[in-house]
Amino acid sequence: MAKHHVEAIINGDPAEFLCGTEQTLLDCLRDELSLTGSKEGCSSGDCGACSVILDGRLVCACLVLGVEVNGKKVETIEGVAKGDDLHPLQKHFLQEAALQCGICTPGFIVAAKALLKENPHPTETEIRYWLAGNLCRCTGYDKIITAVQKAAAEMRGES
Amino acid sequence: MANLDYSSPSSVKEVVKILTTAKGKAKVMAGGTDLLVQLRAGRLKASTIVDVKNISELRTIKKEKNGFTIGAAVSGAELGAHKAVNKAWPGVVEGLELIGSTQIQGRASLGGNLCNGSPAADGVPGMIAAGATCLIAGPKGTRTVPVEKIVVSPGRTSLKSGEFLVSFFLPNRPKKSGDAYLRFIPRTEMDIAVVGVGVSLTLDKKGMCTDARVSLGAVAPTALLVKNCANALIGTNIDEDALNALSEAASSACNPIDDKRGTIKYRTKVAGVLARRATVIALKRARKN
Repeated sequence: MAKHHVEAIINGDPAEFLCGTEQTLLDCLRDELSLTGSKEGCSSGDCGACSVILDGRLVCACLVLGVEVNGKKVETIEGVAKGDDLHPLQKHFLQEAALQCGICTPGFIVAAKALLKENPHPTETEIRYWLAGNLCRCTGYDKIITAVQKAAAEMRGES
Repeated sequence: MANLDYSSPSSVKEVVKILTTAKGKAKVMAGGTDLLVQLRAGRLKASTIVDVKNISELRTIKKEKNGFTIGAAVSGAELGAHKAVNKAWPGVVEGLELIGSTQIQGRASLGGNLCNGSPAADGVPGMIAAGATCLIAGPKGTRTVPVEKIVVSPGRTSLKSGEFLVSFFLPNRPKKSGDAYLRFIPRTEMDIAVVGVGVSLTLDKKGMCTDARVSLGAVAPTALLVKNCANALIGTNIDEDALNALSEAASSACNPIDDKRGTIKYRTKVAGVLARRATVIALKRARKN
């Protein structure tokens, strides 16, 4: 089967790759573009470890075919920090110890970034529901929620 | 999933052509949140994926003179952001929006939810209650089919070879109409319905119910349109007696399976309780409109 030639904007930069139909966006990011920040957890859209933003919408990269992103914009965890400057979410995840093993963290940060873009002032309940598709087996979630709340406050200029 | 072909046609006509001429089995993909999981798990075999997300009819919500046309591939996030549909048919929107996580909502569609054929599909009872119809395109042209006629058994639809679902039509509402969808799950989020109930009803000026449609999900091989539930409401002021009769009719219509989510007895009981609760919400909404 011939491979597909895909051109997309990834984290603001043009990128191109070849992929088979069966390769998901997650496979393409990791194996074709060496962007290994997005993690493979369940590969069935349940865990959110592969969360990316596709044309402004939060999605699981494991449930998108690589060939589908031709001509589209993809934002991954690699595009969250600006050079050496951590994003407020990254900073507060570290400060609050909102991670232990870290596998779920890129997904949580990308998902939380999408939340704060849509809703800069989320309540705790809104944060918990928005992040219900991101599973963490270490933290018990409370520290993650606190980190998102503190990052949101900083981004609103409140701290 | 190896040796899989992919096409993303830009017109309905092209899709029909691919579906009728493809070698092997062609599968239509909207959001892909069910399809890709099933292909990867080997539960489904396909030789070609036909991605219908680049066809404008499948991706747009259009206000028509007599209602709304909703593209089959419109995502939950897109439908949820549409104010006019939310106002007219909140029950339809809340059904689709209950499916999966924020990430799934970015992709999952009403069309995919229906054609996947799950008896527990949260998007379906609300549409059946709404009296929504499907526009089906195929080699012989198009036809319009009520939503409740699409799924014939778990995972199987009445669509014929070469046919696919283009859009849904939701009619305008008379005044004093309301709808609601409720599902029961043992947790608060990210689960599959043990029971789902969609209710749509219309009242007259005095508050008497003149029209109703009630649909149950997850309690039979397909989502059900339950006439006896509607009959329990129509002609009443939806008082305690009517709600009791509705509850009983809902439980009597159940033909569920026993599984880890709920026993037959449990689902049957919950269907009655949930039908009542969904009706009360739809009633409140109807009185406000």
